[in-house]
Amino acid sequence: MILAKTGNEAMAYAMKQINPDVVAAYPITPSTEIVQIFSNYVHDGLVDTEFVAVESEHSAMAACIGSAASGCRTMTATASQGLALMHEMLFIAGGLRLPIVVPIASRSLSSPLNIHADHSDSLASRDSGWMQFFCETVEEGYDSLIMAVKMAEKCSLPAIVSIDGFILSHCMERIEALDEQKVRDWLGPYKPNWNLLDLDRPILVGPATLQDYYYEFKRSQIEGMRTALPKVQEVMADFEKTFGRGYGVLEEYRCEDAEAVALLMGSASGDMRQAVDRLREQGGKVGMVKLRVFRPLPHELLRKTLTRFKTVAVLDRADSVNSFVGPLYNEVAASLYGAENQPELLSYVFGLGGKEFSPDDAARILEGALAGRKDETVTYVGVR
Amino acid sequence: MAEVCFDLAGQVLEIRWHGRGGQGAKTAALLFAESALDTGMFIQAFPEYGPERMGAPVVAFNRLSDKPIGSHAAVRAPRVVVVLDPSLIEPAQVVKGLQEDGILLVNTTEDPVELKKRLGLPEGVTVYTVDASRIALEEVGKDVPNTPLLGALVKVTRVLEFETMMKAIEEKLADKFRGGKEKFIEPNLKSIRRAYQEVRC
Repeated sequence: MILAKTGNEAMAYAMKQINPDVVAAYPITPSTEIVQIFSNYVHDGLVDTEFVAVESEHSAMAACIGSAASGCRTMTATASQGLALMHEMLFIAGGLRLPIVVPIASRSLSSPLNIHADHSDSLASRDSGWMQFFCETVEEGYDSLIMAVKMAEKCSLPAIVSIDGFILSHCMERIEALDEQKVRDWLGPYKPNWNLLDLDRPILVGPATLQDYYYEFKRSQIEGMRTALPKVQEVMADFEKTFGRGYGVLEEYRCEDAEAVALLMGSASGDMRQAVDRLREQGGKVGMVKLRVFRPLPHELLRKTLTRFKTVAVLDRADSVNSFVGPLYNEVAASLYGAENQPELLSYVFGLGGKEFSPDDAARILEGALAGRKDETVTYVGVR
Repeated sequence: MAEVCFDLAGQVLEIRWHGRGGQGAKTAALLFAESALDTGMFIQAFPEYGPERMGAPVVAFNRLSDKPIGSHAAVRAPRVVVVLDPSLIEPAQVVKGLQEDGILLVNTTEDPVELKKRLGLPEGVTVYTVDASRIALEEVGKDVPNTPLLGALVKVTRVLEFETMMKAIEEKLADKFRGGKEKFIEPNLKSIRRAYQEVRC
């Protein structure tokens, strides 16, 4: 069924089709509507979900952890300061290997106060043990959220699905909605390996493990993320087989004979796509690599893909304030370290706090990448 | 009346709406996109969020195409500009970036030829005007120029079939005003039909 949906509407619609057991949420701009629309579904009896209205995002994630530990399929939605307030709890969900799934409308972090898009919120949660998926369009957000549930449960890892705040959350686009029953059948019931309420197999959740076992627990969690990528790919393949829409971990656009490519995440990929087309018309050998999965980091795939090109411009919609480069650049550079045929790697930071990023901006980056080396370590695109 | 008929083949039609907070520029953009969807097009509709308050200048955008749409940036070189409040023409620089063969559609009592001359617009630009506020006051009972302007917009762009749009809008309004058929839906539909007929260039 073809529908016109904003990003928030599409995420809420996906949640309705997923029909989670529990949603505990506290609304925040620009993801407020996800929670608002979903609570309408609850009110109208269109889902079986227990909706828990809480007093903060910290409590929202705490409730989600309790719910997921009890064996329930659990979701919430948030953004920016909300995700930041959950920060402490994110690590607990990660450490307990609870497959909580959270759509976020990515937004900058204060201060100064700003409600618009960048990836500061999700990337600040980088080390919390959550899978992270970034989406270019409303339909991709919708599909990714449905897939994330299956991935999270398969990997016993929580997952964040990012759509860019306002740019996607408040943009109405065409989506081809999937059949609800087919989605529910495809997901099937959640069968946790263990659960707190199973009195026949009692377990202890969240005990202190000091010098004796903490390290071993962490090593096991790390292994969970290390082995997640093939499972993520399996779910994508299964989704494509069932619903006919295919996605990659990273997706190449017109890269076959490219010399210079741009690597980026999120909605700006559409602007970059247009810029690639424009330069291709003029004979420029350029392409785009869109990274959809940031955690687990597909480092081997990045190495294999990027060593085919002479120059790679890495675009970060966030900055680490580390006196060096953006977070994505760091990860890409580390993935390429020691590889033969290393490409020239250029760092660009763009679009902080919703600063507009147009196909013209994207074209200038590609032109710069074609020309090769640049003078400055990082280029801050469009800053005055 | 000379009508421009857009051939979408491979192109993206970009529209920019100018209004004041409360006039429904965003709602109009969303309704227009939803109507276009029913004809199988790819669509985008989004507002530019600034300080949100009644009366403040607001901008919303549409993109329509027969192919998937890439860019999510604001529309800077629109083919069509729709103005809900004539007092915004100068302060909001509504014609900024308007393509040389573009369309300016304004809710005003002013004569379109006079307006074009007054603004010193390029020869290729076609100016249309319609008194959407009066139509809204007479039909709906309040100054909500956004819905009538949809009728005028379809007339001057012909990018959608008028009756297809009317059917889509009726469905959307029925969703919005549950049970308000006589009070809201019929008057709004009538205002769209009137603007479709009364728009001039």
